[in-house]
Amino acid sequence: MPLPPRSQLSSPSIPALARAPPPARAPPRISHLRRHRDPRGLRGRQTSSALLRVPRGCVSASSPPRGSAHTRVPQPHPQDAGQDHEPPYEISVQEEVTARLHFVKFENTYIEACLDFIKDHLVNTETKVIQATGGGAYKFKDLIEEKLQLKVDKEDVMTCLIKGCNFVLKNIPHEAFVYQKGSSPEFRFQTNHPSVFPYLLVSIGSGVSIVKVETEDRFEWIGGSSIGGGTFWGLGALLTKTKKFDELLHLASRGQHANVDTLVQDIYGGAHQTLGLSGNLIASSFGKSATADTEFSKEDLAKSLLHMISNDIGQLACLYAKLHCLDRVYFGGFFIRGHPVTMRTITYSINFFSKGEVQALFLRHEGYLGAIGAFLKGAEQDNPNQYSWEENYAGSSGLMSSSPELCPTQRARSGAFDLLEMDRLERPLVNLPLLLDPSSYVPDTVDLTDDALARKYWLTCFEEALDGVVKRAVASQPGSVDAAERAEKFRQKYWNKLQTLRHQPFAYGALTVRSLLDTREHCLNEFNFPDPYSKVKQKDNGVALKCFQRVIHSLDALGWEERQLALVKGLLAGNVFDWGAKAVSDVLESDPQFGFEEAKRKLQERPWLVDSYSKWLQRLKGPPHKCALIFADNSGVDVILGVFPFVRELLSRGTEVILACNSGPALNDVTYSESLIVAERIAAMDPVVRAALREGRLLLVQTGSSSPCLDLSRLDEGLAVLVRERGADLVVIEGMGRAVHTNYHAALRCESLKLAVIKNSWLAERLGGRLFSVIFKYEVPAE
Amino acid sequence: MLKLGGGGGGGGQDWACSVAGTGLRGEEAAFEVARLGDPRKAGCRGPGWGCAGIPDSAPGVGMLQAGAGEQARGGQGVEEVGAPAGGGEERPARHPPAPALRLLNRKPQGGSGEIKTPENDLQRGRLSRAPRAAPPAPGMGDHGGQPERSAPHAPGTPAGAGAAAVNGVLHNGFHPPPIQPPHLCSRSLPGGGDAAPRRLPLQPELQPQPPPPLHDSPAKKCRLRRRMDSGRKNRPPFPWFGMDIGGTLVKLVYFEPKDITAEEEQEEVENLKSIRKYLTSNTAYGKTGIRDVHLELKNLTMCGRKGNLHFIRFPSCAMHRFIQMGSEKNFSSLHTTLCATGGGAFKFEEDFRTIADLQLHKLDELDCLIQGLLYVDSVGFNGKPECYYFENPTNPELCQKRPYCLDNPYPMLLVNMGSGVSILAVYSKDNYKRVTGTSLGGGTFLGLCCLLTGCETFEEALEMAAKGDSTNVDKLVKDIYGGDYERFGLQGSAVASSFGNMMSKEKRDSISKEDLARATLVTITNNIGSIARMCALNENIDRVVFVGNFLRINMVSMKLLAYAMDFWSKGQLKALFLEHEGYFGAVGALLELFKMTDEQ
Repeated sequence: MPLPPRSQLSSPSIPALARAPPPARAPPRISHLRRHRDPRGLRGRQTSSALLRVPRGCVSASSPPRGSAHTRVPQPHPQDAGQDHEPPYEISVQEEVTARLHFVKFENTYIEACLDFIKDHLVNTETKVIQATGGGAYKFKDLIEEKLQLKVDKEDVMTCLIKGCNFVLKNIPHEAFVYQKGSSPEFRFQTNHPSVFPYLLVSIGSGVSIVKVETEDRFEWIGGSSIGGGTFWGLGALLTKTKKFDELLHLASRGQHANVDTLVQDIYGGAHQTLGLSGNLIASSFGKSATADTEFSKEDLAKSLLHMISNDIGQLACLYAKLHCLDRVYFGGFFIRGHPVTMRTITYSINFFSKGEVQALFLRHEGYLGAIGAFLKGAEQDNPNQYSWEENYAGSSGLMSSSPELCPTQRARSGAFDLLEMDRLERPLVNLPLLLDPSSYVPDTVDLTDDALARKYWLTCFEEALDGVVKRAVASQPGSVDAAERAEKFRQKYWNKLQTLRHQPFAYGALTVRSLLDTREHCLNEFNFPDPYSKVKQKDNGVALKCFQRVIHSLDALGWEERQLALVKGLLAGNVFDWGAKAVSDVLESDPQFGFEEAKRKLQERPWLVDSYSKWLQRLKGPPHKCALIFADNSGVDVILGVFPFVRELLSRGTEVILACNSGPALNDVTYSESLIVAERIAAMDPVVRAALREGRLLLVQTGSSSPCLDLSRLDEGLAVLVRERGADLVVIEGMGRAVHTNYHAALRCESLKLAVIKNSWLAERLGGRLFSVIFKYEVPAE
Repeated sequence: MLKLGGGGGGGGQDWACSVAGTGLRGEEAAFEVARLGDPRKAGCRGPGWGCAGIPDSAPGVGMLQAGAGEQARGGQGVEEVGAPAGGGEERPARHPPAPALRLLNRKPQGGSGEIKTPENDLQRGRLSRAPRAAPPAPGMGDHGGQPERSAPHAPGTPAGAGAAAVNGVLHNGFHPPPIQPPHLCSRSLPGGGDAAPRRLPLQPELQPQPPPPLHDSPAKKCRLRRRMDSGRKNRPPFPWFGMDIGGTLVKLVYFEPKDITAEEEQEEVENLKSIRKYLTSNTAYGKTGIRDVHLELKNLTMCGRKGNLHFIRFPSCAMHRFIQMGSEKNFSSLHTTLCATGGGAFKFEEDFRTIADLQLHKLDELDCLIQGLLYVDSVGFNGKPECYYFENPTNPELCQKRPYCLDNPYPMLLVNMGSGVSILAVYSKDNYKRVTGTSLGGGTFLGLCCLLTGCETFEEALEMAAKGDSTNVDKLVKDIYGGDYERFGLQGSAVASSFGNMMSKEKRDSISKEDLARATLVTITNNIGSIARMCALNENIDRVVFVGNFLRINMVSMKLLAYAMDFWSKGQLKALFLEHEGYFGAVGALLELFKMTDEQ
């Protein structure tokens, strides 16, 4: 009996390679200035980029926010805040290095082109060994060694495959999906499950391997089958005289298997229900070709063969899943590799044989698993688990764009037809410990793959906003000679992404407003616009800081109850200052004088669209919270005149506050390093804040994110540690991106406050309100 | 090991000729033929691994004609039978004439042959009260090729006897054409004047029954029969058939009573006799029908009768011809219940009814499979065990077939490999479940072989496979890793990818048909083995019984399965096989016939 290891040697395509980055575009991180170098393929990259220079202490900003480290706040700028035209800090350009993994797929036919590519991009003087896996590691060993002058280190196929699988499941949200042909959406992505183990991996190469993965490092080959992709290809070639795997699949997609297979109804007559089996079921694959002397069409034969093999694999997978009490089966291997035809038949088979109890899951980056695994194996001494990784949407080609029909030209040109880039984040990302049920947490409120209407709106919305973004990007780098050129390239890139997403909304996982925003950030970074709003934020922060004391005075003058409402209104009004929302950026662009008071007037009167303020007020009359975790949104008015007064009030009540800001820039959102300066400046003005910072009752932390939205399942580990240490019992999430586009339905184990002003009339209407409607959602978890 | 064709089939033909030649003297000749046939059958069985005679040319039609001639002659004898009874009443009720047909209450002419059994006595006793059913003499004429169904009115029949004959025919020989029953009935009454008074006693019982619809259910027929036969052990009328109409093959078991008294013999309806003789004196029927002589179960007592159980098969695609024959030979006149299982019981039900005027009693195929299997195993294979296994399955040198005692069979995993495969977990006689099935079965093997090699029959495909080498077609672990894949403990000789070598054009161009056939066989077999093994693990059963016609003359698959069960389970699982591999469904159907009669 047969079994299995998949042979990549004979796989129809695609050695995937980890390569070093080509020179250029790095997303700037404030973090380490140390240069990273990985011996295998991954290496540091130098690039210049705009970077915030905090007067002092930016290195501490990146150290884990433990103990007092994060309470160290940058000193105020030597110039006094009272001087009107002085910005509160300087912006400078600095070299920065970040690590990125690049994966490129080539067809085996293009192995030489592939090796040239590696030679051009990868091989630096320090590289001595190249990790390779798959059957090709044996087949092309000599060629590789000769051409690259590197020693080939052959890695075990299955070990690499599983390492790669664990890696993508852990690091790429929406990596796994179920595929339902004909339903809407056809691709339904799984949010990352906190505990992926144990799972079953069925790798369908030329044969089938069934592996039970129990932990990061422990897996067991539990079975296999010799009827796999090689059988489809080999037998298919014999039966149809069609040589290529893809052509066989293409034939199969047009065939009618009932012409070749004996169906239950052929035996029972009619569609008789018997043995609990419906008449359409296949009783005997190829049964009709034994009795009839008729000629069979290639299409029908290929289809019948596909069904036979898919059903068989699905059945075995179910039997193994049942034996090991597993309900999730991930499928990979060249037989699957994003082919809708095979995903469909495998899914059908799994549903049929398990009666819906087992789920067939596919992976977006299935084709890279072996290469990722080989890379990780090579980088083992670097302990890759101390980092987190993030898919770079700008540099990755989406799912299905690798289909031969879709981009034949690109494929023909270089042999490279699919790309994946992963940015390394210097610290691990973890779940917010306060999530009620991490396994069911879905950050995004609306899945645009699911909601065609919303998808159409948002894609158009992002298209229309593109001009403004380009303009701002150019304006942000007045001294640069090629800014306009790069901005134009950015426009083209992002525009193309949007067009891809129109046709393949599933290309990068579930399409959401968040993913659209993140993709834009990634594309901006790609063309060296890491922070187009740096100057705007600088100015806004300066202006707002000047108003801080006035605002505090007027708040302090109010009675307790009035003050609470004013604080909340301040939070909301500050939130109107948001360059991410088109309606607002238009106003701000045309009327820079748009002020805080103006914003307050624009706000909807109570009762708000969602209004649990009374409940909140009632709560405030009770004992103070122990510790509040606040996710801040925009720079300027929002954080300085909205968030800080609110923070100050909580501190006065005896509540500790953890203020979490983005690690990297996104739109005009306040970044962690900016927040340090802002806090420092405010502390200089305000004794409450000053004392709290000094005493460690106000803690500034970074979220680990560079997105205008918020994924509570991927937060900086330091933040999570702090939340646990301080026993946070209130979470405040502010802004449309963090509290409406994401987390609106997030269930927490503690009290939470979600505040936002709807700055998009389409969304406002959808929610039953109008522009500048207010969301004030105070939730207390059920006992 | 198995040599096909040749002697067996040809022999059938020869004997058919001899039957035809001697047919005029009816039964002795026929019996002689049967007896002569025996040693031949034994010889055929010699090698131990079933040899199936392949019908080379088709003696079938000729034989039928021969039989018909005989019947025609026999028809005259019927006139002596006289004693017409209650035919008139019976016919409208349309109940089958039941055993009356065979044990007519008439003076035994050659009484010496009669076997005295309590049953016979009982029957006798009953029969004396029972309405008489006259043997359908003219029916034979029909068999003889007279196309007209108006045989009952054949001119020249003596008036009195003629009436009886007419009645008899109406009751026992033929169903009258559907539209006519009342008609014929009224006509028969005046015709059989003397019979009328004797029928009267039964009338109150039968008359209230409205003439049942033409195709009343077997159950109803049984009820009716019961009324007549009350007081005796119920026994269905001959002929006794069980049928399993599968996706590829029709399996037919036929019980040939060997304890027929001379009296019975004489009373035996002619077309019944002709069926018996036709089936038992030939080993091949038509172009494609085969009697698996080596499987015949001798001296079996079924339902109180002693006889031989015959195993016959023909392709399902010949089903229409079979039904046509049933119609032409007026099978419906025998009023037997045709118990059938398999998908074809549903598919061809309508055809049986409309073309041959036969009502099928449809039975669940899995029930039949299990009951048939348990029965055959319990009676044994002519004194030898039915069940066997392979000793030392992982060592080709020492691998040997050994008997296995299946007296305590539960729980067992039953893998039925026909065109497709069904897998059942059997916990007791009546407690089983279908665990799963796969569409990769015998039909797939044959279908792919036909496409890949141009062969046309299962035998041909197996013959090619026996000569081939699958390792030229399959990609082995060592083809990929250069040796064993130690990480997973896989031997280099394990198949990594079935047909995997065929991805390469050069290899495709140089491969032989035999290798392809072998690879197909190995692929399908191993796959069934895998699935069966997983099911056994999931169901926690360690005995796996493989049956079905995919295993017929298929030693390669049996040994592979035995090997696979043993090897992959490290000796925990045992693969068991049964001599009558494909016939259990049909046997089960036959058993249902008895049960059905019994329950009435």
